[in-house]
Amino acid sequence: MSPVLFELLLRSIWETVLMTGASGIISLVFGLPLGLALVATDRGGIAESLWLNRILGAIVNGFRSVPFIILLVALIPVTRLIVGTSIGTWAAIVPLSIAATPYYARIAEVSLREVDHGLIEAARAMGGNRWTIIREVLVPEALPGIVAGFTVTLVTLVGASAMAGAIGAGGLGDLAIRYGYQRFETSVMVAVVIVLIVLVCGIQWIGDRLVARLDHRT
Amino acid sequence: MIDTWLSEVGGPLLSGPPSHLSGTETEMNQHVTAETGDPITAEPTGSQDVVRLVDLKRRFGATAALDGVSLTVKKGEILGIIGRSGAGKSTLIRCLNGLERPDSGEVFIEGREISRLGERELQPLRRRIGMVFQHFNLLSAKTVEENVALPLKIEGRPRGERMARAAELLQLVGLSEKARAYPASLSGGQKQRVGIARALAARPALLLSDEATSALDPETTRSILALLKDINSRLGLTILLITHEMEVIRSIADRVAVIDAGRIVEEGAVWQVFANPESEITRSLLGGIRPQLPPEIASRLAEGEGAETILRIDVAGEAARRPLLSELSAGVPGPFRLVHGGIDHVQQQPVGTLFVAIPGADAGHLAKVTTFLKNREARVEVLGHVASPV
Repeated sequence: MSPVLFELLLRSIWETVLMTGASGIISLVFGLPLGLALVATDRGGIAESLWLNRILGAIVNGFRSVPFIILLVALIPVTRLIVGTSIGTWAAIVPLSIAATPYYARIAEVSLREVDHGLIEAARAMGGNRWTIIREVLVPEALPGIVAGFTVTLVTLVGASAMAGAIGAGGLGDLAIRYGYQRFETSVMVAVVIVLIVLVCGIQWIGDRLVARLDHRT
Repeated sequence: MIDTWLSEVGGPLLSGPPSHLSGTETEMNQHVTAETGDPITAEPTGSQDVVRLVDLKRRFGATAALDGVSLTVKKGEILGIIGRSGAGKSTLIRCLNGLERPDSGEVFIEGREISRLGERELQPLRRRIGMVFQHFNLLSAKTVEENVALPLKIEGRPRGERMARAAELLQLVGLSEKARAYPASLSGGQKQRVGIARALAARPALLLSDEATSALDPETTRSILALLKDINSRLGLTILLITHEMEVIRSIADRVAVIDAGRIVEEGAVWQVFANPESEITRSLLGGIRPQLPPEIASRLAEGEGAETILRIDVAGEAARRPLLSELSAGVPGPFRLVHGGIDHVQQQPVGTLFVAIPGADAGHLAKVTTFLKNREARVEVLGHVASPV
C-alpha cells in the first residue's frame, strides 16, 4: 500500500470514528430520555399518558422504518439547516444521529421495561417522586442493558457510516468502495475490512467489560 | 449509641406531640403542618389509632378486592391480617400508603384522611410509613448500605448522616459486615433484614409488612419474625402485617383480622381467635397449626349410637389453667380417654384442643359431661360416634 493510500486510510479511520462517536453520543443523549419517555408514558408507567406514548411510538417507528440510505438523502434539507452544508463528515452526522436516536431509544426502552415493577413500587412506598424513580431505580437498574444497547448502537453506526460516502462524508466504507472496489486496490479493501473488524471488536469488548462491571444483578 | 438512637426512633410521632403544641386538634394540625410541612406528625391528641379504616371498598372489574373493610391499628401493636390468596390483603395494605386508591371509604393515618390526597401530598406521608416486601425489592445496582440509606436520600438528607444511619440500622439487623456488599450476594433472610433496615431508615411511625416471610424458609422466617417482634417491643413501632400463614400471626401478632372475599370476617386478640375461631375460613386457616381430629377417625364418625363417642373440648385462658380432666373424672364418674390434642401457648395464653373418646356413653351421661365442662368455661362439641373403638 502506497504512503498516499495509507494516509487516506488513516483519514478514513478518523472520519469513521468521528461519525460513529459523535452520532453515538447524540443518540445516547436523546435516545435514552426518549426510551424513558416511552416506558414512563406507557400503560401502568410512572407518567402514564397513552396518547403521548402513541405519538412517540409512531415517530420512533416512522424513522426506523425508513432505510438509512434513503434517510440520508431525504434529510439533506435538514442537514443543510443544521450544519450549513449537506456534504462531508459533519453533514453525515446529522442523518446518522437521527437514525440512531430512535433505534437506541427502542433498545433502552427494552432494558428499562425489564426493571422489576416491585422496585418502582418500593421507591414509591419510600415517598420517592418520578424523578427519584428515574434516577435511583430505572436508570441504575437498567444500566447494564443501557450500556450493552449503546454498544450495539455504536457497532450499527460503524456499519451505517459506510453509507455516508453517498453524501461525500468519507470514512472507511467510502474508501473501500472508491479505492478497494472501483479501483481494484485489493490491499485497501483488505485493510479496511481488518480495521473495521478491529474497531467493532474493540467497541464490543469495551462495552462487554463495562457491562460486567456495572451488573450486580447476579 | 444504639440506646440513644433507639429512643429517637419513631421521631416526634412516637414520642407524642411536642409540648409547645397545645390547643384544639384542628389548631394543632394546622400548626404542625404549617411549621414542618410534615402532615403525618400532626397527631390528634387522645387518639391512639395509628391507622383507622372506614368502610373501604375497591373493585377490580367484576371482583370486589375490598368490600367494606373497617379496621383500626393502635399505636405500638402488631396487627396481623390473614387471608387466602386473592382475599384482598395486598389491596388493603397498599391502600394504607396510597399505592392503591379505594373506590370509597376512608383511610386515616394518624388521624389524617389520606385516600383523596394527590401523589405529591402522599410523598412526605409515605416517608413516615416503612414497607417490607415479600420479594425484598432491593435495588441490585446499590450496595446494602446505599439501599438502607435510600429513604433518607429521598428525604434529601446529607450523605454523612445517611451513611451513619445506615450503619446503625445494619448493626440493628446484624448485617454490619455486609454494608458494602451488593444484594445479589446475600441470602434471602439477609435480603429481608436489609429490607427491614431500609424500612426503618426514615424513622417511620408505621411499618407495613407485605408477606415479608412468604419467600423464606421456616428457620429464616422465625429469625425475621423475631427481628420484627424485637423492633416492635424495643422501638414501640406499630406494625401491620399481612400473611397467609397462621404461624406468622401466632409468632408475633397481638391482634389478628381475618379477611375473606374483601371483608373482615373475624377480628380479635390472637389467642382468643385461636381459642375460639368463629368463621369457617378462620378454622380452615388454623387447620395447619391447631390440633385436628385425625382423618382416619374423622372418616369413621357417624350419627347415632356407637361404641365410643368423640368429643372435642376447647379450652383457653383461665379454663386451660385448671385441672379440667381430673375435675371431670371426679365430678362425672366414668371412663374417657384422650384421643388427640394438646395445649398450645399463644401470646403466653394456654389454648388447648382435646379430642376425647367416651366409651359406651348414653345420652344422659353425655349430657352430664358436656354440662360439667361447659360450666368450667370449656367449649364442648359432640363430633359423633364410632362403631368400634379407635
